[in-house]
Amino acid sequence: MKLALSLIVSSIALASGMEPKAKLPNSRADLLRGEKLFQVHCSLCHGPKGEGARGPMLTRVKLTRAPDDAALLKILEDGIRGTEMPGANALSDRELRQTAAYVRSLGKVALKPVPGDVRRGAEIYLGKGGCAACHSVRGEGGVAGPDLSSIGESRSSAFLRESIVNPGAAVPEGFLLVTVVPNGGPRVTGMRVNEDSFSIQLRDAAGRSYSFWKKDLAQIEKERGKSPMPSYQGQLADAELTDLVAYLVSLKESK
Amino acid sequence: MRTWVWLFVPAAMLAQVNVPYERIRDANQEPGSWLTYSRDYSGRRYSPLDQINAGNVSRLHLAWMRQVDETDTFETSPIAVDGTLFITEPPNIVEALDAATGRPLWRYRKELPNDLRLCCGKVNRGLAILGNTLYYASTDAHLIALDARTGVLRWDVTMADYKNGYSGTGAPLAVKDKIITGMAGGEFGVRGFIDGYDAKTGKRIWRFNTIPAKGEPGNETWEGESWKTGSATAWVTGAYDPESNTVYWGTGNPGPDWNGDVRKGDNLYSDSLIALDPDTGAKKWHFQYTPHDVNDWDSTQTPILAEGTVAGEVRKMVVLANRNGFYYALDRLTGKFIAGRPYVKQTWANGLDESGRPMRVPDAEPTVEGKLIWPSLGGGSNWYSSTYSPKTDLYYVNVKEEAGIYHKGDAEYRAGAFFNGGGQRSYKGEDPYGAVRALEVATGRLRWEYKFHRPSHAGLMTTSGGLVFGSNLSSFFALDAQNGNLLWRFETGGGIDANPISYMSQGKQYIVIPAGHALLVFGLD
Repeated sequence: MKLALSLIVSSIALASGMEPKAKLPNSRADLLRGEKLFQVHCSLCHGPKGEGARGPMLTRVKLTRAPDDAALLKILEDGIRGTEMPGANALSDRELRQTAAYVRSLGKVALKPVPGDVRRGAEIYLGKGGCAACHSVRGEGGVAGPDLSSIGESRSSAFLRESIVNPGAAVPEGFLLVTVVPNGGPRVTGMRVNEDSFSIQLRDAAGRSYSFWKKDLAQIEKERGKSPMPSYQGQLADAELTDLVAYLVSLKESK
Repeated sequence: MRTWVWLFVPAAMLAQVNVPYERIRDANQEPGSWLTYSRDYSGRRYSPLDQINAGNVSRLHLAWMRQVDETDTFETSPIAVDGTLFITEPPNIVEALDAATGRPLWRYRKELPNDLRLCCGKVNRGLAILGNTLYYASTDAHLIALDARTGVLRWDVTMADYKNGYSGTGAPLAVKDKIITGMAGGEFGVRGFIDGYDAKTGKRIWRFNTIPAKGEPGNETWEGESWKTGSATAWVTGAYDPESNTVYWGTGNPGPDWNGDVRKGDNLYSDSLIALDPDTGAKKWHFQYTPHDVNDWDSTQTPILAEGTVAGEVRKMVVLANRNGFYYALDRLTGKFIAGRPYVKQTWANGLDESGRPMRVPDAEPTVEGKLIWPSLGGGSNWYSSTYSPKTDLYYVNVKEEAGIYHKGDAEYRAGAFFNGGGQRSYKGEDPYGAVRALEVATGRLRWEYKFHRPSHAGLMTTSGGLVFGSNLSSFFALDAQNGNLLWRFETGGGIDANPISYMSQGKQYIVIPAGHALLVFGLD
C-alpha cells in the first residue's frame, strides 16, 4: 500500500514536471545550516525566529500556502506572485532544502501559551475597544482596517500588543492615508488603493471606492507613516490588553 | 458632446458597491451596469446601451486592458457595477478593477490542492453579486463569498469532494436571498446537482439532485445502479423569471459519455432544462432535449427567456440552440414543446415529434469502429452565450458546422477518474466551418448568417446600438444585427473562449472581451 502510494506521489510529481524531491534533510548539521540561511535571507521579513513581522509568522504547525514540503520548496524557489515574497534564486537546491527543513522545524517548537482570557478579549474587541468598527472577522465588521480573520496565524502576541498601543509602528507595508482635492469638488480622504502617473484610487472608511484622473485634481496630500487607528495606550487596562491579544491570537483560519 | 461627457464625471467618482436583489430584478433601469452573468435574469446577454452603434462602431478602439498573470483558458464574464469591474482569472483569482481606468483595486487568490480532477483546465466563467458580497464557485468545488469592497473572504463552503471529480466553473446566480449554483465533473461519473445557499451565511438551503435516487420518479430511466454515476452536471449559469418565480437551469451529458450500453433508458434529468422554485429547489417541470445521449451533447448553455408569437398568440417562451443541433422553443410556464428545428447539419434524428422528442435514426450511434455523425462532439453550439435582441426580435447563435467520428469503448467507474466509454475522431472528408446565425425566436427559422473559415468557441452579445458582438478564433468583431454585415473587427492576438459584456463608466460605453490572457476593454473617443 505504502509502495503504491509513493509510486502515485512520484508519478504525480513527474507528471507535473517536478522532480520527486520533496523529502527534506533532517540532520543536525542541515538544520543548523538552514537556520543560518534563514537568518540571512528570511529574517528581515519573517523575524529572527520566524515569529513574524512584515511577513507572516512561521512558528505554526500548518503553513497556509505550503501544506506539504513540495509546496514549501516551490515557494522558497519561486516566491509568491502578487505578494512581497521573492524567490530565492541565489540558493542552491541543497540550501533550499536546508532552509525548508528549518522552516518546518519552526512549526514543531511548542509555543508558549498566550496569557489572557479569549472570551473576555472578544467582548473588549466588540465592546469597549470598538475594533469591529474598522476591522472585520469572518466577514463581519468594518473595512477601514485590515481583516483580522486569521491574524493569529500571521502575527505573534508581542507584535499584536505593540500594534494596539502604538499603531504607527505597525502600519502595514504599502498602507497610505491620502486626501485629494478635486478641481471644484469636495475633498476625499481614504486609504490609497492604487496609483500611477495618471490616476489614483482611494477607499474611504465606509468602504466607498473613488477613482480620480490626476488632471482633474487640484491637490493630493499623503500622510506617510500615519495610521488612522487610535492608540489604546491608557485606554485599555493592562489586563484588558492581555485579554484582547489572547482573542486576536485565537483567530485562525477555520477548517 | 463635450459638455455632456463632462457632466457625468463627478457623479461617477463615488461608488459604494451595493446590489440588492431588486437592482438585479430591475436591471433594465440601469443600462450601464452588468449585474449578473447574462446582465439580467432573462439570459439574453443584451445591453440596452446604444452610444456605440452601427453608425460609429468602425471607430471603436482599445481603451485599456488588464493582463492576467497566469495562463489557462480565460472564460470570465465580468460583473460591472458602481464604478467597478469584477472578474475571475485562472487559476482561481478574483480581481476588482476600476471601470474607468482599469487600475486594480484588490485581488483575492484561493490556493488550490494539486490533485484536482478536471476535464478542461482551471477555467471559471464569473461571479454573482448580492448586496456588497461577491460569490464564485472555485475549481475545487467550494462556494466562496468575498467582501466586494475589499476582497476579504466572508465564507467558504464545500459543495462536494473534488477528489470524486467535482469542480466549480460556472458563475452562480443570486436570486432574492439565495445563491444558486451548479457544478462540473460530467466526465468523471459524478452525480450532478443544483444548490441553493443562504447568501448571508453560506448554509445550504436546498439541493436538487439532477439524477433521481432509487424510489424517486425518473430513477427508472437508469438501468440498475447506473444512476449513481450518471453525471448530468450543471456547469453554466441559468436564467430566472421573477414573474413566475422560476429558475431555469440546464444539465449536461449522462455518464459514461459515449457508451450508453451500461445505462439503458432515457437517463433523466441529463441533457435537460430544469424549472425550479428558487426558494425550495422543488422541480416545477423538466424537458429532456436528448434522451439517452451517447454523443456528449450537454445541454448546459444559458436558456433565454423571450416572448414569441405562435398562430397569432404571444407565448412566454424559454429558447435555446442545443448542442445536439436543434433549436427549441418551450412554453416557459409549462415546459411544453412549442417549436423546434435543426439550426446546423445533423444526421442523428429524423426531426422532433409533437412533444419535441427526437426521432432517432437507427444505428446513428457510436460504434467500436467509429460512426460518422453530424454535429461533432463540440455540438452545433456549446456552453458560450447565444443572445436575443428585443429590438430585432432575433436569436443569435455562434454555430459549428462540423462532423465527428464517434467511437464506443469500455467504461469502468473509479471515483475521480475519467468515465467516458469512448470518444471522437475528427472527420477529414469536409472542412468544418463556423457562422453567426440569426434565427426567428418563435420558430428557429434562419434569417441570415455570417460565415467563418473555421468554427470557434466563444459567445455573442447584442446591444441596443443594433450590433452583435462576437469572436472567431482570435478575432473580435461587430455585426449589423439587422443583416449580419461585418462592421468592425479587431485582431486580439489570443484565442477567445469567452462572452462579451458592455457597461458605462463616466458617461462612456465600453465593450469587454477576455482574449488570450488579457481582458480587453474597447471604447470610442
